[in-house]
Amino acid sequence: MKCEELLEALNAYVDGELEALFPADFCQEFQRHLEGCQPCRVVVDTLRFTVALYRNQEPYPLPPAFQERLRQILRQRWEMRGQG
Amino acid sequence: MEASLALDVPDEELVHRAQRGELAAFEALLNRYQDRVYSLAYRILEHPEDAEDATQQTFLSVLENLDTFRGDSSFKTWLFRIATHAAFAVLRRRRGLSTTSLEALLDGGEDEETPLPLPTFIADWRENPERLLERAETRRLIEGALQELPEKYRLVFLLRDVEGLSTRETAHLLGITEANVKVRLLRARLMLREKLTRLFGDEGRVVMARSKDEM
Repeated sequence: MKCEELLEALNAYVDGELEALFPADFCQEFQRHLEGCQPCRVVVDTLRFTVALYRNQEPYPLPPAFQERLRQILRQRWEMRGQG
Repeated sequence: MEASLALDVPDEELVHRAQRGELAAFEALLNRYQDRVYSLAYRILEHPEDAEDATQQTFLSVLENLDTFRGDSSFKTWLFRIATHAAFAVLRRRRGLSTTSLEALLDGGEDEETPLPLPTFIADWRENPERLLERAETRRLIEGALQELPEKYRLVFLLRDVEGLSTRETAHLLGITEANVKVRLLRARLMLREKLTRLFGDEGRVVMARSKDEM
């Protein structure tokens, strides 16, 4: 297996879906290549880091003025809905 | 009372209570998800006022359609679907497009057929993700890398990796095939990995550094 071929299955591997999506002999070749190829191992590690960074990003907080306005608008709409 | 509602009660129960007319339950859902919805809109639209617009539309639409929510999907998925549609509506309006297909505004030119870009800069990182997220300055760099991605990759990455939607839901929302979603997600992750490794890679542990010209 070449590095390019490993790349095709990289997401499946990083997401823990390699065995589910690829035949057993492909998975074995994938593992064998990874054990012998340091650049590919580092790509796998840093791709995992990349995904982890964004999965664990804190959301942006709502600007306080907008938060207040939003709450008012929704309360008004809530009451209209009750009457409708 | 609202605080205890916000912390302990599962979404589905809050939805049920809101459907029966309990405003506090609806506001607890609002408190729970307003930042997530705003962030998704902000990351799609890259503009604070547009993000506010989309967030407001989202919760108005949730309120309007609350009675039709039957729990076929989780509340979170339902909410994000509404939020994504709201953000796309703002995007369309901003660009003067009336089309309902998003594909038209996701920079044309399919590159699913072209080979994947080989990683050009390969190095271990100086710090792990937890450490990088501790500092505002590195958080800004991380956010900036995402904003630099071409839109069609950024959207797929946002929905799949940031918001945790499934491949099928993402395909449905964007009006593209599941195969497209998979290829775009891989390209998005590879592009981000490349950018972030150039920012956070350890100079002393470079395994490979190719210039783009050598590719």
